[in-house]
Amino acid sequence: MTSAEPKITPELVADHGLKPDEYERILKLIGREPSFTELGIFSAMWNEHCSYKSSRLHLKGLPTKAPWVIQGPGENAGVIDIGDGKAAVFKMESHNHPSYIEPHQGAATGVGGILRDVFTMGARPIAALNALRFGDPKHPRTRHLVAGVVSGIGSYGNSFGVPTVGGLVGFHTRYDGNNLVNAMAVGLADADKIFYAKATGVGLPVVYLGSKTGRDGIHGATMASAEFGDGAEEKRPTVQVGDPFAEKLLLEACLEIMEAGCVVAIQDMGAAGLTCSAVEMGAKGDLGIELDLDNVPCREEGMSAYEMMLSESQERMLMVIAPGKEEQAEAIFRKWGLDFAIVGHTTDNLRFVVRHKGEVKADLPIKELGDEAPLYDRPWVETPKQQRIDPASLDITATIPGALERLIGSPDFASKRWIWEQYDHLILNNTVQRPGGDAAVVRVEDGPKGLAMACDVTPRYCEADPFEGGKQAVAEVWRNITAVGGKPLALTDNLNFGNPEKPEIMGQLVGCLRGIGEAARELEFPVVSGNVSLYNETHGRGILPTPTIGGVGVLDDIEKMATLDFKESGEIVFVVGETGGWLGQSAFLSEILDREDGAPPPVDLALERKNGDFVRALIEEGLVTAVHDVSDGGLLVALSEMAMASGIGANLVAPPAEINPHAFWFGEDQARYIVTVESGSKALLLRRAELAGVTIAKLGTTGGDRLNIPGERPIVVDALRERNEAWLPIYMGAGL
Amino acid sequence: MKSAVLVFPGSNREGDVARALELVTGVKPTLVWHADTSLPAGTDLVVLPGGFSYGDYLRCGAIAARAAIMDAVRAHAARGGLVLGICNGFQILCESGLLPGVLVRNARLRFICREALLKVERNDTPFTRRYAKGAVVRYPVAHGEGNYTADADTLKRLEDDGRVVFRYVMADGRRDDTQVLNGAANSIAGIVSEKLNVLGLMPHPENHVDPLVGPTDGRALFESIVGALERA
Repeated sequence: MTSAEPKITPELVADHGLKPDEYERILKLIGREPSFTELGIFSAMWNEHCSYKSSRLHLKGLPTKAPWVIQGPGENAGVIDIGDGKAAVFKMESHNHPSYIEPHQGAATGVGGILRDVFTMGARPIAALNALRFGDPKHPRTRHLVAGVVSGIGSYGNSFGVPTVGGLVGFHTRYDGNNLVNAMAVGLADADKIFYAKATGVGLPVVYLGSKTGRDGIHGATMASAEFGDGAEEKRPTVQVGDPFAEKLLLEACLEIMEAGCVVAIQDMGAAGLTCSAVEMGAKGDLGIELDLDNVPCREEGMSAYEMMLSESQERMLMVIAPGKEEQAEAIFRKWGLDFAIVGHTTDNLRFVVRHKGEVKADLPIKELGDEAPLYDRPWVETPKQQRIDPASLDITATIPGALERLIGSPDFASKRWIWEQYDHLILNNTVQRPGGDAAVVRVEDGPKGLAMACDVTPRYCEADPFEGGKQAVAEVWRNITAVGGKPLALTDNLNFGNPEKPEIMGQLVGCLRGIGEAARELEFPVVSGNVSLYNETHGRGILPTPTIGGVGVLDDIEKMATLDFKESGEIVFVVGETGGWLGQSAFLSEILDREDGAPPPVDLALERKNGDFVRALIEEGLVTAVHDVSDGGLLVALSEMAMASGIGANLVAPPAEINPHAFWFGEDQARYIVTVESGSKALLLRRAELAGVTIAKLGTTGGDRLNIPGERPIVVDALRERNEAWLPIYMGAGL
Repeated sequence: MKSAVLVFPGSNREGDVARALELVTGVKPTLVWHADTSLPAGTDLVVLPGGFSYGDYLRCGAIAARAAIMDAVRAHAARGGLVLGICNGFQILCESGLLPGVLVRNARLRFICREALLKVERNDTPFTRRYAKGAVVRYPVAHGEGNYTADADTLKRLEDDGRVVFRYVMADGRRDDTQVLNGAANSIAGIVSEKLNVLGLMPHPENHVDPLVGPTDGRALFESIVGALERA
């Protein structure tokens, strides 16, 4: 049946990213040698990206349920009930390897893919976020990657028409040659109108919708599951090319035919394109699928079955259409100028059959393609614990104002305005909290409800102690949402790691997942979707373990939302939570003393919850005027951010005698927030804290145009802001 | 007041402007598909919304300018009917010959989304009656190709006729043509037709109408239109 196709050789098998034992598994499963097309299908289904073969075992430990969870992991995106008959649909996904090879298109199609995941579920995307990690700014490629990734994200989201409201950008030499692009999208749907991939009904038409199929992105998912060496740039043809215009039309057309009741099942063609989408629809519905590739709309002449099955051309969907609705569905798609073709039908024989030009090119058991994918319990070793750092042992010469100025102007802390101003963050007119705060807040329809969303992780912590680092990433996002007044509801995780075949890397993955699981359980902040990106290595050196967490929470009334800028002079500044001066793995240690060592700050989840619930109640009550989560950089960086955002300074207290002053101001103890209150509310706040059993300490009083610390030179807020705003535009060579 | 908001493939701020119109005027506008050949009977105001019509392929607004509905828009404008083009809508108005000049790539070659300060140069147009002459207002911009340019004669004519209605200004209200965020000639953010009934502007008044979301400087533009129509 495969007359014109290449002969299967061990080299060809290896080129498909399949290990010899995995090939043996194929032979055993189908009882014969696979055809070339079939080999391609197996490589698409069994690579790390699609099968989660190294991580599946450990992902099982994550909590995925809560009364408000409508759909957990396993679908295109997670779905949570946000009340009033509405659901939030969201997911985060990486597009790391493509964004290194071709930064603009790689990042753009990453955004396109995640938006499609969300509207495939029947939700209209209402916000996008992204977490970006680049190499050392001094690395010769970094500037080019920043420019390309940012323009790619902007060009796609801006044209599609979704506000890009938040995210994070970090730099570290361990991402040299392997930058990370993690894109998150949040959509809004009616809770009773969610669409799934699961096909039902035998003999129903399988319909292809959207853009035509071309030769782009063939083996994209396989490429994404391999390490980089020299010549990574030669893999450019595996990167897809995005067309946000086509996606915008696809969105409108899909929502219109869903509304018209035409859709039984829907799956977007993302990684591994037609193969993955068809197999998932059939396998989930316990049905077979038969495809006739002669009907697939192609952009190029003479495409083979193999190429069509593995193409990752963008902006395509596969659907099972309700009986008798074909004409109506087709008319809607034609109106939007999109392709519509019946390319197959559902069967009752659980086979995945692919025909092309009268030949059967593949005939495989559909359930086993997914279910029988290899599952590895890879050997792993625990990351050795590091010692707690005693601040007294450090040789610190920098003054406190000097250290602050260096930190605030360093790549990780510098303002990212140059980036987020290239993203349309206002379209749809619902962006209540714009980029720059602890979490973005987007109004739900006409309000008063809003969704708070944020993404975060501290890779240094994860490297030093994967378990505590995993916990911290979840706690940090939970805190971000809390700091604007949101009730955190659920999270999506994007797990970026190195080569899982190395026991120490596998140990990072296992440790981080345990930490994420524990924090998600303790904080009732379940995991509803996610993505795993492994083999993030170049020349054998892995990235810092980077399990990016994206969270979504709800505010019942956006008018009560908190923001971080100081509001008035003469208000009292407090820190909620305990300040012990933890410097291990801190930004201060890294940036000022050029060392990244010691144990990271431990995360006490019960304390997180107590302090967070306390702060959220204060916001709800309207007692606090500004709120900011304390994270990397510690108290003084957080205070500076509140001052820079407002132009109002503060007179601060002297640190307690028992704590080293640098450790007090820059330590990264967890579970802390800075809040301000009008002076008349001070007593009430202290009483509330006492009742709740929460530690609270006065940090100072707002006022003036500088931050004054007893015994230190004054820090001028405007000068600090200039320094904070300057680094990125100057680095990008663009001027201010 | 009856308003029609055009929808081209790739338009993406039609919802924002429709919502702003409804908020300010209390009446929901009609969305009109690009392939239609006529406007709803009694249309007072036609809005060409922001977005990336036809994916910005060829040139921004060039394909939309040739859409079927545009003949009806031209006829509406010729009758003295009000036409408002925002962002991509401004680009379409230039491409369709309803306004002079063209919008090219921003001077720094990057898309830019930020609040811009604008000076309202005159308040005797149907779009600006509710502003004080010389008022400085804040609307956001969100565009990659908002750099207004025209030949010297056209610019001179626009200035001589006082057809520049909105101009980018600095924080102190001063105009500085060397510091314009997108490089626009003469700091031009918005212009009107000779009969003052067609306005094209790059910034988005429709995104600054709701106190829950941000400043509300854009409301007066829509209120002005209501007032102008009441008087007429």
